[in-house]
Amino acid sequence: MDYVLLIEQLLNGFQLGIILFLMAAGLTLVFGIMDLVNLAHGSLFMIGAFVGGTLTLVTDSLVLGAVLMVPAMFAIGVLVETIALRTLYRRSHLDQVLATFGLILFFNEATRLIWGPEGLAVPLPDFLEGTVALGAGITYPLYRVVIIVIGLLVALGLYLLVARTRFGMLVRAGASNREMAGALGVNIPVLFSLVFGIGAVLAGLAGLIITPITQAAIGMGEDVLILAFVVIVIGGIGSVRGAFVAALLTGIIDTMGRSFLDVVLLLFLPPNAAESAGPALSSMLIYILMAGILFFRPQGLFPPRGATAAP
Amino acid sequence: MLNRLVVAAALAAIASSPAAADIKIGFVTTLTTPAAVIGRDMRDAVELALEHIGGRMGPETVEVIYGDDEFNAQKGKQATERLILRDDVDLVAGYIWSNVLLASAPVVLSAGKILISANAGPAPLAGRRCHENFFNISWQNDQTPMALGELLNQEGIRSLYIVAPNYVAGQNMVAGVERVFTGEVVGKDMTVWPSQRDWSAELSKIKAAGPEGVFMFYPGPAGPAFVKQYQQAGLIETIPLFSVYTFDSISLPLFQEAGIEAVLGGKMTQFWAPDMQNEQNRKFVTAFQTKYGRYPSFYAAQSYDSMFFIKSAVEAVGGNVQDVDGMRAALRKAEFPSVRGKFRMGSNHFPVQNFYERTVVVDADGNWTTSAGPVVLEDHQDPYAGQCEMGG
Repeated sequence: MDYVLLIEQLLNGFQLGIILFLMAAGLTLVFGIMDLVNLAHGSLFMIGAFVGGTLTLVTDSLVLGAVLMVPAMFAIGVLVETIALRTLYRRSHLDQVLATFGLILFFNEATRLIWGPEGLAVPLPDFLEGTVALGAGITYPLYRVVIIVIGLLVALGLYLLVARTRFGMLVRAGASNREMAGALGVNIPVLFSLVFGIGAVLAGLAGLIITPITQAAIGMGEDVLILAFVVIVIGGIGSVRGAFVAALLTGIIDTMGRSFLDVVLLLFLPPNAAESAGPALSSMLIYILMAGILFFRPQGLFPPRGATAAP
Repeated sequence: MLNRLVVAAALAAIASSPAAADIKIGFVTTLTTPAAVIGRDMRDAVELALEHIGGRMGPETVEVIYGDDEFNAQKGKQATERLILRDDVDLVAGYIWSNVLLASAPVVLSAGKILISANAGPAPLAGRRCHENFFNISWQNDQTPMALGELLNQEGIRSLYIVAPNYVAGQNMVAGVERVFTGEVVGKDMTVWPSQRDWSAELSKIKAAGPEGVFMFYPGPAGPAFVKQYQQAGLIETIPLFSVYTFDSISLPLFQEAGIEAVLGGKMTQFWAPDMQNEQNRKFVTAFQTKYGRYPSFYAAQSYDSMFFIKSAVEAVGGNVQDVDGMRAALRKAEFPSVRGKFRMGSNHFPVQNFYERTVVVDADGNWTTSAGPVVLEDHQDPYAGQCEMGG
């Protein structure tokens, strides 16, 4: 097989995995620590794209737009948590699903009112255009390399935050045993607001950095959200490390399926059948992966230490 | 108590509904989701047509009731059912998406009403599942890509890579190109629709395959996203990109905003373009630009046509829309001023018409638009017409 294509596809899968990780990191913390099923996490992805995109267009700089987006998304996250979600913690998961689904509708409609139905196109700055040669005949779009680097830096930062700081200790304590952490005097409402704000920033960042590639569109978060849920289930709910590994795994398997499954199927199926079965099967691959992992490890790959069985 | 209140409120609502127009037309399109930009263009064109005909068809007043398919076949079917059962419309038009139309058509046709597609032209409805009460005022899905296949042959492209979404229209488009294109198809990817917005894997495969041309079909806002990535992957300078239904008045402003100049001069095929020279089209395009401040898309052109198409039939039966046989006979003649110029209705109730080369150009005001070129396929009838045995 053509190794250049193989490596390029690995990079593609890696890049998809990075986006999924940014989404899943916030989602897994919110789910794991706050025990809140937040379907509106996809909306934060979308809002990040639109708010960050607008800031980019206003300041005429993607970098500046991204920097300004961070406090904006943090504020939006804290606001949403305080106004809408705080009342939901004691309710059942079904109530939470219903309420956060309502939030999706609200945010989609609000986005349409503010930005119109046509979405938002964010141009790529000139210095990020074009491709880079990675040696051995491999050329790869520069911007996608930048996405991978940013994602790895964020992952590193998040690791340091969770593993090396007092705040991270509280987060880990919350993920392991919420009641006990509260009983020991951790200020749970503040912790929750901060966690949700960070989740919102990460989701918004994911939305913004993918926008120069896909453009911002209403409802863009919903498809990513489903994949992000798959990621956190595979990785173990509440575990950032699990989210990282599972996101890369999901991204790479999804991309590899899309690229090579039809070729593989051609080996033992007639061309017509392979052509139609390929896309269908490749879109199922990650769910098959999830089912397989859950069969052997019902808690996911890296369940937080001491976490009781998933609710 | 509560129940009684609800019933009373419902009765009051029914009693107080305003006096309906003489003729009610249901129009199903996409009014929410990102694809709502298409639905907006269609609705704007319908409203403009109603304005131009003074809200009347013959002696009767007309009202158009819109249904939202939410970019989803099941929701589209439900919207159609609501129009038929609750609003009791006299006929139904619209439909952007082939899968929505295929799911909804039985609802309208089994109610004995006339159905007019203003965009979708799936193969089944043109062939084996054609119906005496179904008309299409746009094109059959295969026709435009067949014209493109012919264009590729004329341009001397010998190897082609195909990328399209994996749903009815995507499959029809690909089938259309493959039917006519005489060179070799070196690769083909059918992607998940409508969720996939990142084509990194497909673009890597295209680069590895190194074809002389790429054919792609992504309607709505997905098109600009694809072209942007095609450019970012460094392919747009090396491998020419051919498409259908992707560069139009909806996507070109987005390309212009993003400064993707590589699309200028891009070639496609279409039955219509904003600069086509005939009286009806000049009137339509000028009025549309004045009223909405943008170029109409082909979706808008077809929707505008659909209202005049219906009007011609209503006038033929003197406003008695219950006379479905009379309406059908008039619709078969298709005697109305179309923005595309002269055409005729084929035996399967799909247009037999010319397809033109169409190029992305800059207009006198600096806006990006498309311009009609020479005829690629003349008086073209879709390949499924022969399978259609009109019986009802």
